[in-house]
Amino acid sequence: MKMKSPTALIPGLYLTLFFAYLFGPLIIMVITAFNSSTFPRVSPWECFTTDWFGKLASDDKLLSGLGNSLLIGVGVVCVAIPIGLAAAITLSQVGPKLRAALYTIFIAPILVPGVVIGLSTLIFWDRIGTLFNAPYESFFYDGTFLTIFGQVTFIAAYSMLVFLSRIQRFDTTLTEAALDMGATPTQAFVKVLLPFMAPAIGSATVLAFLASLENYNTTVFTIVSSSTFTTVLSSKVRYGLDPSISAVAVIIIAITLIGAIIYECRNRYYSKGWAHVIAERPALKIATHPGTVAVILGALTLAAVLFIQNHDSSVCTAQVLEEKRALQQQLMEQQSINSPQQAVPAPTMPNLGPLGGDEGSASAPSPFGNNIFSPENLGTSAPEGN
Amino acid sequence: MTKEISLEHVWVEFGEFTAVHKANLNIAGGEFFSFLGPSGCGKTTLLRCISGFQEPTRGKVKIGGQDMRGVGPNKRPTALIFQNLALFPLRTVADNIAFPLEVRGVDKKTRRKRADELLELIALPGQGDKKVSELSGGQKQRVAIARALAVEPDILLLDEPLSALDLKLRQHMRTELRAIQKQVGLTFIYITHDQGEALTMSDRIAVMNKGKIEQIGDGKAIYDHPTTSFVASFVGENNVLDGTVLSNDGKTMKIDAGLGTPFTVENHPAGGPALAPGDACHLFVRPEALRLSKDDSAINQFETNFVTEEFEGNMRHIVMNASGTDLKLSLINDGTNAIDANTPVKLDFAPEMGIALKPGELASA
Repeated sequence: MKMKSPTALIPGLYLTLFFAYLFGPLIIMVITAFNSSTFPRVSPWECFTTDWFGKLASDDKLLSGLGNSLLIGVGVVCVAIPIGLAAAITLSQVGPKLRAALYTIFIAPILVPGVVIGLSTLIFWDRIGTLFNAPYESFFYDGTFLTIFGQVTFIAAYSMLVFLSRIQRFDTTLTEAALDMGATPTQAFVKVLLPFMAPAIGSATVLAFLASLENYNTTVFTIVSSSTFTTVLSSKVRYGLDPSISAVAVIIIAITLIGAIIYECRNRYYSKGWAHVIAERPALKIATHPGTVAVILGALTLAAVLFIQNHDSSVCTAQVLEEKRALQQQLMEQQSINSPQQAVPAPTMPNLGPLGGDEGSASAPSPFGNNIFSPENLGTSAPEGN
Repeated sequence: MTKEISLEHVWVEFGEFTAVHKANLNIAGGEFFSFLGPSGCGKTTLLRCISGFQEPTRGKVKIGGQDMRGVGPNKRPTALIFQNLALFPLRTVADNIAFPLEVRGVDKKTRRKRADELLELIALPGQGDKKVSELSGGQKQRVAIARALAVEPDILLLDEPLSALDLKLRQHMRTELRAIQKQVGLTFIYITHDQGEALTMSDRIAVMNKGKIEQIGDGKAIYDHPTTSFVASFVGENNVLDGTVLSNDGKTMKIDAGLGTPFTVENHPAGGPALAPGDACHLFVRPEALRLSKDDSAINQFETNFVTEEFEGNMRHIVMNASGTDLKLSLINDGTNAIDANTPVKLDFAPEMGIALKPGELASA
């Protein structure tokens, strides 16, 4: 019985589809970053190029937006984490009835659409600014401040959820023990509860930072005249996309991958099983140290950056450009040959319907059965319809 | 440095529920004092009153003659050992022990020195750098004690600290706790529902039920001369018979328990509530006080039938039935005292071994 039954293949098939669905778009995106085509696409493949990274590096608008995003991210973390932690601690200490009510209030910003939060933040701080007769340069009208305020309302709630799951496992007798040992309430908090919450604070910080970085629908209102990474990207989508966006994706994916690999190496390095394996193998111990892994990855990144800087695809792109020009030339010539003929069959065109249209006709076959929307048919098809 | 504690009419109420009902007692400095009672009897609440986590609704807690109202747990000269020990899992053993010093701003070197001294005391020298999770149950126990002793409190409060340990370790820790108490000479206040622990370790015991202190006395007094039906039935095994007092001459009582001839029972030497002729009573006879009659002339003799026997090695626990009431009987397994399961057996007990008390609530098994 070596043959696997067909049903045994289903989990494998499912997994393949699942991962293809997850990573397919990312892979396509990465490939488009290295295609010289001016629109991000995989086919037709024109030239392998790294020029889009260069274009990205010289895009001042995007870079200043990225700077704003990072600044806002740090600001949001600084404000949202203490608020979220305070909310979680409060929830863990009040009675069940009050807890249910408070929980609903704390969680409400997550349920409110981001657009509403953005708009209401803008209006609220504008009103307050008017109340104090603040000038337009004051922070009531400053995009960075408003965005931090706006994002904190719901990111604090996210981080509260992270803290809540951790704090539920906290043994409150530890705080009592600390108090009993003579600690002040502040000391008990700093020396007992805070160290316990440290892992949650770490993950909440990452979560809050990323949520701030990728936020669009609140930011687009609160940023006012300034811009962030996401708002620049979205305006790019609207006013003409080029593969430098794919280059951004490649960089983000690379950073994520490097971080994840180092983190995983660190976990495995400090696991009990691995400690036994490397106990008597100093070479392996050095080789698998997360620091070593980080250095190797850093070197690879540096190599990639150097490669990107020095790769020259101008010969190939020039060639492709030349080919394109030649093709266009050819098409134009063809068109000029065909155009006199096209005038003759025009009256019969409607009857040909979808079959009609040679290379001279620019319009695609119409779902309405004839080329009624072609400008050259306007005059002739009208009597046909009657 | 030890301080006496006095509880003066302490009440603790949670809404409608009364957790502690007028507790009134004095604990001398250097005493090993236990609160014994079933779970939910209010003993932990009373302990929290002493340590400062709970303010009494009425009454006073005094430590060393000073009223403790409004004094927080971190300002009282007490150290509490929690039921789950509450060792800080993220700190090393030494850092756990030195925590009380750390929060008082003692420098690192002194802290470490004191931690090493205490590790010596609890017989865990050189284990200061271990993680708490690397210790066994008994070692954790001792670390918790060392941490409580780090700042030399006047009173050590222990909230069922042995309940999580297995039987052998528990018995070992009993002796060890008692030895540590003798060595440091502190006042120990010990909370337990295990009467074995209370009896073996304590100088005095307060038996509690439903928020009330039923009886205070040393182990022998509590066991041999209980003053309420609850204490008689909660501490140790006891057979209980419903009876009526026929006569009471101050020294002995005649009690009719419906088992043939009335029993003669000595009056309570501790001066428990006096019983008058005609009163209903509970008559308690311990399983080890019942014996097989050698001859027919013995006092307090009655006839029983064999029901079942439980063999425990050194002891035989036998259940006999006397006119519809099951009675437990414990005999030493010394090869004598064979019981024929098919013929009636005569039992008797000495007059001083019977305890007649006013009928009251019995501890549920």
